[in-house]
Amino acid sequence: MPELYELTGREVSEKIRSRELTVKEYISSILERIRKVEEKVHAFVTVLEEDALKRAEEIDRKADCGHGLGRLCGVAVAVKDNICTKGVRTTCSSRMLKDFVPPYNATVIERLLREDAVIIGKTNMDEFAMGSTTETSYFGATRNPWNLTLVPGGSSGGSAAAVAAGEATLALGSDTGGSIRCPASYCNVVGLKPTYGLVSRYGLIAYANSLEQIGPITIDIYDCALLLSVIAGHDPKDSTSVKIPQRDYVDFLEEGVEGFKIGVPSEFFGEGVDARVKECVWRAIHTLESLGATYEEVSLPSLEYALPAYYIIAMSEASSNLARYDGLRYGYRVEEDSWDWPTVYSKSRRIGFGTEVRRRIILGTYALSAGYYDQYYLKALKIRTLIRRDFEKAFKKFNLLAGPTMPVPPFRIGEKIQNPLELYMCDILTVPANLTGGPAVTVPCGFVDGLPVGLQLMGRPFREDLLLRAAKAYEDRAGFEGLRPKL
Amino acid sequence: MKKPRISRREVEHIAWLAHIELTEEEKTLFTEQLNEILEYFRKIDSADTDGVSPTYHVLDLVNVYREDEVQESLTREEALSNAPKKERGFLKAPRIV
Repeated sequence: MPELYELTGREVSEKIRSRELTVKEYISSILERIRKVEEKVHAFVTVLEEDALKRAEEIDRKADCGHGLGRLCGVAVAVKDNICTKGVRTTCSSRMLKDFVPPYNATVIERLLREDAVIIGKTNMDEFAMGSTTETSYFGATRNPWNLTLVPGGSSGGSAAAVAAGEATLALGSDTGGSIRCPASYCNVVGLKPTYGLVSRYGLIAYANSLEQIGPITIDIYDCALLLSVIAGHDPKDSTSVKIPQRDYVDFLEEGVEGFKIGVPSEFFGEGVDARVKECVWRAIHTLESLGATYEEVSLPSLEYALPAYYIIAMSEASSNLARYDGLRYGYRVEEDSWDWPTVYSKSRRIGFGTEVRRRIILGTYALSAGYYDQYYLKALKIRTLIRRDFEKAFKKFNLLAGPTMPVPPFRIGEKIQNPLELYMCDILTVPANLTGGPAVTVPCGFVDGLPVGLQLMGRPFREDLLLRAAKAYEDRAGFEGLRPKL
Repeated sequence: MKKPRISRREVEHIAWLAHIELTEEEKTLFTEQLNEILEYFRKIDSADTDGVSPTYHVLDLVNVYREDEVQESLTREEALSNAPKKERGFLKAPRIV
C-alpha cells in the first residue's frame, strides 16, 4: 500500500469523494511528509500548514453535508511563488518582494479553489524565474530529491521537487523558456507548458510576457490533463487569453497513438546533447513506434538561432517589465533623507535584485537601446518568425515532434552557476516552444546513472489533446512515472 | 585581441539607464560576462532575415476592450498595503529635486 502522500491527484479526489478517506487524514500525511523531508529538499518558501488544515476541515464538512465536491476536492497543490495568492506572501524568491502580500488571487488560484483544491504552500524558484537550477533564489537553493547534491532544474524547481518528494500531489509552475519542463524532467515528473493564451496569466508576476505560461507539474499524465482542465480557459482579466471552448483534457487520454506521424528534429540530437540522453530518448521514440506511431527525422534549420534569439527577447521584455520595481508602491526600498529619487531607485534595485536579475535587466536594456535595437531585438524577433515558419511547415506533415527535454542529466549544485552562458545553453531544447507559442510536455523516459531523463513532445498550438494522448500511451507502456526517490 | 562588444563605460551607462547601481567589482565582472554573452548573441548575424517581418507576439491579437463600467476594485487600504512608505493615505515618494 502506498502512503497517502504518494497517491496521485486522481486517486486522492476519488477516495475523498467516496469518503474512503477524509481530507484531514490525507493533508496531515502530506504535512507530516513535509516535516520529514523539507529540511533536505527545501522545495518551499512558505508552507501553509494552518490554512491547509482549516481548509481540509471545511471540505470534509462540505462532503459530510452531501454537497457536491469540485474536481480537485482535497488535493494538495503547491504553487510557484510568482503566482499571486491573496493574503499569502508571494516573493518570486527575491529580496525585492520578500514581504509582498498580494491583495488578490491570480485567476489560476481562483480556479483551483473553485474545484476545492487545498493550497499547501508556495514553492521556491530561481529569482523572478530567471534560471534553470533554482540556485538563484534569495532563500537558498532547492535540492534534487533523487540526489541531494544535484540541482532540481529550474526555474520551477521547488514545484517539481515538491511533487517528486511527496510534499504535494500537484503543482503549478510557470514556463518562459523551459521553467516547467526542465525541473519536471530533472525530478522524474510530468510537466506541461500549455499553448500561449490557453491559461490566464492574470496574477502571474511578469518576467517576459510574450513567452510565459502557467502550467501543471504532476506525477503522471492523467493528473496533468486534470489540472490543465481546471486552469485552462478564457479570462477577461488577461487580454492575451484566448476565447476557445472549454475542454476536458482527460476525455482524450485513452485514444492512443495509432497512426500518429512523429517528427524527430535532428537539431535535438546534435552535439552538446549527452549520448546517454540521446539513447534513452530514442528508446522512447521506438516505444511510440511499437504503439502504432511512425516517425521520421526532420531538420528545422532555424533552430540554430533559437537560443540567442530567445535570450535577447526574454531579457528585453524583462528589462521593461522589471522597471516597475521602484520601491514606491511595493517592494524593497532603501532610503536616506538626503538621497534623491534616482539614488533611492538605483540603490534599492541593487540590493533588492540578485546578480542574475541585474545582469538580465542590463543586457535587456542594452538590446533595446538606441543604436542596438535593430541589431539585437528586432533581429531576434525576425528569427522568431523563421522558427515559427519552420514549425508550421513541420506540423503540416507531423502530428507532433519528439526529442529530449534537457541536453544533459542534472548536474551538481554550484557546477555552472558562475558561468551564465554555460547555464543558458541548458535551455537549448526547451526555448523553441516558447518562441512559437505551441504546447510542449515532458514525460519521464528512463534513467542514466540513476538520474531521470525526460522525453519532450511538442505540438501545434491548442492541440494539447494530441500531446497528452501520445504521452499517456507512452507512459502506460514505459511505466517510469510514479517512481519515487528514496529520501 | 578582438575589440570588445561593450566597454566598461558603456556598462556603467546602461546600468544608469536601467537604474541599477553596480559596485566597482560588479562593473568589472559584468563587462567581462556581458562581452562573452553578446559575442555569443551575435550568432544571429548570420541568419538571413531579409524581407522577414518580426513576430512581436504569437497570437494575432487586436486591442481588447470592455464596457466602461464601474467594477469592484481594491480599497485604498488594500492598494497601499504593500507600500514601503505612506502618509495620510498616499504613497510617500523620495525627494524628486
